[in-house]
Amino acid sequence: MALSALFLLFFLLQHLTINMMSVFSADLFNETSHFMGTNFLVQFLLQPLLIFAVVFHFVMGFILELKNRSSRDVNYAVFKGAANSSWTSRNMIISGLVILAFIGLHFYDFWLPELDHKYISVLPEDPSRYFGELQHKFADLWRVILYCIAFVLLGLHLDHGFQSAFQSVGFNNKYTPSIKMLGTAYSILIPLGFIFIALFHYFTQSH
Amino acid sequence: MANENLNLTLKVWRQNGPNNPGRMETYQVKDISPDSSFLEMMDVLNNNLIETGKDPVAFDHDCREGICGSCSMFINGEAHGPDRGVTTCQLHMRKFKSGDTIHIEPWRAKAFPVIKDLVVDRSSFDRIIQAGGFISVNTSGNTVDANAIPINKEDADKAFDAATCIGCGACVASCKNASAMLFVSAKVSQLALLPQGRVEAEDRVLNMVHQMDEEGFGNCTNTGACEVECPKGISLENIARMNREYASALVKKG
Repeated sequence: MALSALFLLFFLLQHLTINMMSVFSADLFNETSHFMGTNFLVQFLLQPLLIFAVVFHFVMGFILELKNRSSRDVNYAVFKGAANSSWTSRNMIISGLVILAFIGLHFYDFWLPELDHKYISVLPEDPSRYFGELQHKFADLWRVILYCIAFVLLGLHLDHGFQSAFQSVGFNNKYTPSIKMLGTAYSILIPLGFIFIALFHYFTQSH
Repeated sequence: MANENLNLTLKVWRQNGPNNPGRMETYQVKDISPDSSFLEMMDVLNNNLIETGKDPVAFDHDCREGICGSCSMFINGEAHGPDRGVTTCQLHMRKFKSGDTIHIEPWRAKAFPVIKDLVVDRSSFDRIIQAGGFISVNTSGNTVDANAIPINKEDADKAFDAATCIGCGACVASCKNASAMLFVSAKVSQLALLPQGRVEAEDRVLNMVHQMDEEGFGNCTNTGACEVECPKGISLENIARMNREYASALVKKG
């Protein structure tokens, strides 16, 4: 779980960086997206690795949740979880499920059309299509709202997940308070960045 | 008035045996001194029950000074009650107000089956210790004095802190996953940090973690509830150390 989480933390930062380019320059975003979509290393090494990490992370998450639930066969009549732990740490399965549903929508929005373009319809390469596709998706208010809700849940997931991944790989020392602060900043800034991008494209295009 | 004696409603888990269904039963206790301990309040309840010809509530207790780790009550949703750094026997009734309703339940975990009422079987902890929580030393007369081996202060302090775990099981009871990682990691750490314990460190961590899984405890998701509720303040640092020890042992031993 922790190793795939660390990989996904790095991926999110890279994804946000590329998406943020769309705010500043359509050409730069197109150029970078075209590189990511056609580069052999990205397509056939990093992308399969990413798919594996995502699938591994949520499958292991489900297995962990089921195993943990089965370790207490009679529940307490009164259980004050809030007295000793954060809501985010106790409800990773809820935030995780929302993120998983979002990934389904995200694949439907961007990944399936990409697969269709490349391998089913086999359309000619068009290095300038990416910005238009992005804007088109964020023209729909309901989609923007769904994306924003998912990003808030992503923030809650990261709030616990960031520092938890370090703890799980055995990293707990004098730098742990700094890791926790970095995790809090990461869990706020990354989702906020994605929300900003979604709202930016919704409000800067004619409806 | 801070010194006013307390009248309380108790909702206590009653269960005749491991295979009987349990239920919460309600009792009233009156005129409890705020200076008495929680177990003394339970003694008053049991006296009342005995005087009325009823079966007293079974609960574990021994030293009544926070050392033995016997007392194990889940009080108002928290292991050892609302106070921090104390066991149930060290919990004072001044932490409650007259008129309060107090829920008292046994530790809940599949690996801690209820024996009777509030008494649970914690022998799963013993089996984890038997799997590796020791060092193999010849005690036939040629034993080297432990103090003859120099140990740096930081390691000695950390080993000592880990060794203060009394094995009460509050970590398991508090964890939403009923995980025993804090207990096992404390027992792994107290030996792994010392030269006497390094010799068998790899086998120890592999065997103890294996036994922990065999017993049916849940997995750690780092909520940190165990550290907060532990009466001895055992740190999550021990869990991180055990994770490192385990990963390293797994690579070396397979």
